[in-house]
Amino acid sequence: MKIVVCLKQVPDTTEVKLDPVKGTLIREGVPSIMNPDDKAGLEAALRIKDENGAEVIAVSMGPAQAEDVLREAMAMGADQGILITDRAFGGADTWATSSTIAAAISKIDYDLIIAGRQAIDGDTAQVGPQIAEHLGLANISYAEDVKLEGDSIVVKRQYEDRTHTIKAKLPCLITALSELNEPRYMTPGGIFDAYREQDITVWGLKDIPVDEANIGLNGSPTRVVKSFPKSLKAAGMMIEDTVEKEVEFLMDKLKEKFVL
Amino acid sequence: MDFKLKKEQEVARDLFRQFAENEVKPYAQQTDEEHRFPTEVVEKLQKYGFMGIPIAKEFGGQGCDTLTYALCVEEMSRVCATTGVIVSAHTSLGCDPIAKYGTPEQKEKYLRPLANGEKLGAFGLTEPNAGTDAAGQQTQAVLDGDEYVLNGSKIFITNGKEAEIYIIFAMTDKSQGTRGISAFIVEKDTPGFSFGTKENKMGICGSSTYELIFTDCRIPKENLLGRIGRGFGIAMGTLDGGRIGIAAQALGIAQGAFDLTVDYVNERKQFGRAISKFQNTQFTLADMYAQIEAARLLVYKAAVAKDTQRSYTLEAATAKLFAAEAAKYVTEKAVQLHGGYGYIKEYDVERMMRDAKITEIYEGTSEVQRMVISANIL
Amino acid sequence: MDLKEYKGVFVFVQQVDNEITNVSYELIGKGKELAEDLGTKVSAVLLGHNVKDLADKLAVRGAAEVIIVDDPALETYMTEPYTQAMHEVIEQHKPEIVLYGATAIGRDLAPRVSARVHTGLTADCTKLEIDEDTKDLKMTRPAFGGNIMATIVCSEHRPQMATVRPGVMIKADAVPDAKAKIIECRVDFDKNDKYVEIVDIAKTVASKVDIQDAKILVSGGRGVGTPENFSILQDLADALGGQLSGSRASVDSGWLDKDLQVGQTGKTVRPGVYFAIGISGAIQHLAGMEESDFIIAINKDNTAPIFNIADVGLVGDLNEIVPALTEAIKKEREANK
Repeated sequence: MKIVVCLKQVPDTTEVKLDPVKGTLIREGVPSIMNPDDKAGLEAALRIKDENGAEVIAVSMGPAQAEDVLREAMAMGADQGILITDRAFGGADTWATSSTIAAAISKIDYDLIIAGRQAIDGDTAQVGPQIAEHLGLANISYAEDVKLEGDSIVVKRQYEDRTHTIKAKLPCLITALSELNEPRYMTPGGIFDAYREQDITVWGLKDIPVDEANIGLNGSPTRVVKSFPKSLKAAGMMIEDTVEKEVEFLMDKLKEKFVL
Repeated sequence: MDFKLKKEQEVARDLFRQFAENEVKPYAQQTDEEHRFPTEVVEKLQKYGFMGIPIAKEFGGQGCDTLTYALCVEEMSRVCATTGVIVSAHTSLGCDPIAKYGTPEQKEKYLRPLANGEKLGAFGLTEPNAGTDAAGQQTQAVLDGDEYVLNGSKIFITNGKEAEIYIIFAMTDKSQGTRGISAFIVEKDTPGFSFGTKENKMGICGSSTYELIFTDCRIPKENLLGRIGRGFGIAMGTLDGGRIGIAAQALGIAQGAFDLTVDYVNERKQFGRAISKFQNTQFTLADMYAQIEAARLLVYKAAVAKDTQRSYTLEAATAKLFAAEAAKYVTEKAVQLHGGYGYIKEYDVERMMRDAKITEIYEGTSEVQRMVISANIL
Repeated sequence: MDLKEYKGVFVFVQQVDNEITNVSYELIGKGKELAEDLGTKVSAVLLGHNVKDLADKLAVRGAAEVIIVDDPALETYMTEPYTQAMHEVIEQHKPEIVLYGATAIGRDLAPRVSARVHTGLTADCTKLEIDEDTKDLKMTRPAFGGNIMATIVCSEHRPQMATVRPGVMIKADAVPDAKAKIIECRVDFDKNDKYVEIVDIAKTVASKVDIQDAKILVSGGRGVGTPENFSILQDLADALGGQLSGSRASVDSGWLDKDLQVGQTGKTVRPGVYFAIGISGAIQHLAGMEESDFIIAINKDNTAPIFNIADVGLVGDLNEIVPALTEAIKKEREANK
């Protein structure tokens, strides 16, 4: 069985800070990490590999340095890493991204595709379901529990206040939540092998059966026309005094606001 | 000369840092306070291959280099010196001598379970009357048929009661002096092998430090490690490697104390401003930083030397001497900059200062390191 | 693609067990505004089985038209039949804009539909407006973990589609007797291999009150320190008639249930009063609560970023301030009886 896992390299947005004066993002020194939902997806694939035996193929689309997440995946136990990279793919929105990744995956003889629900830099949760649509597969979003049952996959997922248990015939695509599991660590030897012994397969535009009209900026239905820092509202009153004084002050404010 | 880690070493270092923060640090205070061996931490270290980093893959290890192993000890020690010494004693003292001197059968039987994390290793050289003067071994091993019979005791043994495989030194021929010492592999639960008192220590309190007692303890002849009478050389060679581990431990403790102090001085306010604004703080931190950086270069250099040079005795001793003294200096300054809080057990620097002291003592005191260094330069 | 063929603002109505999810009303309210700017009308798209009598409720909240696909295949939400139905509705009626709630269902369905009809989709929007010149829909959303806002357009493809964060748009005032034009749409479902089988549906233990509906929220963060300390926050919430909630740190520490989490990865709330207690104010948290009318921060660190957005900030030990405040409120309530 072959499992394709989609991974994105993302800036660790929890480490991003705002310049308090200019209100702009401070991007320097922000580490790049494997997107957490994707990592849970990889772990789910590796568990299937541990239990049932499987070949796990990590796929990432991004610039050259995105190979780091593929090496990380291999150091965790993935068998192969494929980097989809080409200048022509740049500036893609979720539609063009998914059409590119879907075309790449179509070259692989897969049984199951696992993607993370959403990336922490974009937070769209769109690419997974869109890949499934481009490939004509069923998709099950927000997997919290994954089990292989014969030629089917059984997934538990949360929809609002319901837990659905869903069974889908392979091949299909599932999107994973970081709550799905606790991903394993890399092993030191795995890291050494991933960097010294193993190669990353690199696929560019010419290697992928995709229409140039459906990739990159030109293949993207949406455009970002403006991005701007969040406007922070003016600071209110701040007091640092005895507990009695502080409580009294707040009580007055609550009365003013008719809370009391 | 290139002072940068290789990419794989850097990724491994980040892994160790992340693991230490998530899996080790939460237990550090409890481990110290309760003098409890951190079993749950060690099980995870074993699971992820951290207990066989420099050992070849063919014997169940990770096949990495000594520098990567030192990075692991450093990062563990940065949050918990007990965990650092568990890794160090197991790897440098438990695995390494078998990897270097063991027969293929011994490697298969003993090195593999040590390196792949199934079992923990320990090393017994020190005796009540043979500390710095290790040649004064009183434990005896007498060949009787197909077995050696061990009698005597070993003290201050790290991983003492938790280990399952021990490297034990004993006199096989007293008349030969150091040439009469031999090394043996002893398994836990061998009849005649028992544990004495557990030491109640100043620092590295979670480390399992025990006396090992051998009373007519019979071990198979094939458990002789290396040739007969070559034990002293094996011990000294092993300790060269061990010193890199302890130097890395000292470096990690110093770095941990330094990082906490930087955070603290930025937060702590006195006289209306953060104490980091005072020149005394700034200069002290600068001195601490310089000590740590110098120690790091020596430790990493010694680690690389172990993989690239025939002898690295001088590098290892220099690294251990300097890093241990740097750790003592840095942790003491860290406590001082923390003021009264630094003296309280809730603050990690208090523990780190106690933990740092042992690095000047075990696997050769600073005085022994000075002897080794001077013997190599004169 | 002739963009001019596409007219009208459509809102996907999410219903579970014939109960309409709140965000659908919010979107009809917003859709109505957008439709007015475009000189068109807002239509609700209602998918389900035996759902026709829900149409009036949608009319009351401003839907001029309700397009209904009523079919047993749509009884329970499943990605593929719902995608087929939405696809068919879009093909037949050619709307200019389609809005979905950024709920689990909305965010599962909308990407699938966008890939099938080949149009753009903007996720989790917090602001929608019509560009005065181009008449394009400008969709604004937080990105980069809530650190920046991005405005996105989809000018060459129709319909323009967005999922919209619940709790951000405002419902239109109810017009009690309003009626909408009902349009029934038939879909020939193709039970293809994209169908999945639902083995089981279990109701998760019903959470007490949805924090998104609360008027007063008492929220705790890492600074609260222990699960036991949440009891003093609960006391304050009880005294005020409010609801307990928390930051990601308090949920990750296992002190609070996930459905009480406020922030980028939790829920967006806009209560009348929001207490941020022992919450430093990471940007991820601010993203979920900064629209609250009145924000009170209690924190021992006077440099905590939460104070930058608080209307009232109290610096000090929450273990002292909170119980004292609870007492004062109880006394006040007693005196006013």
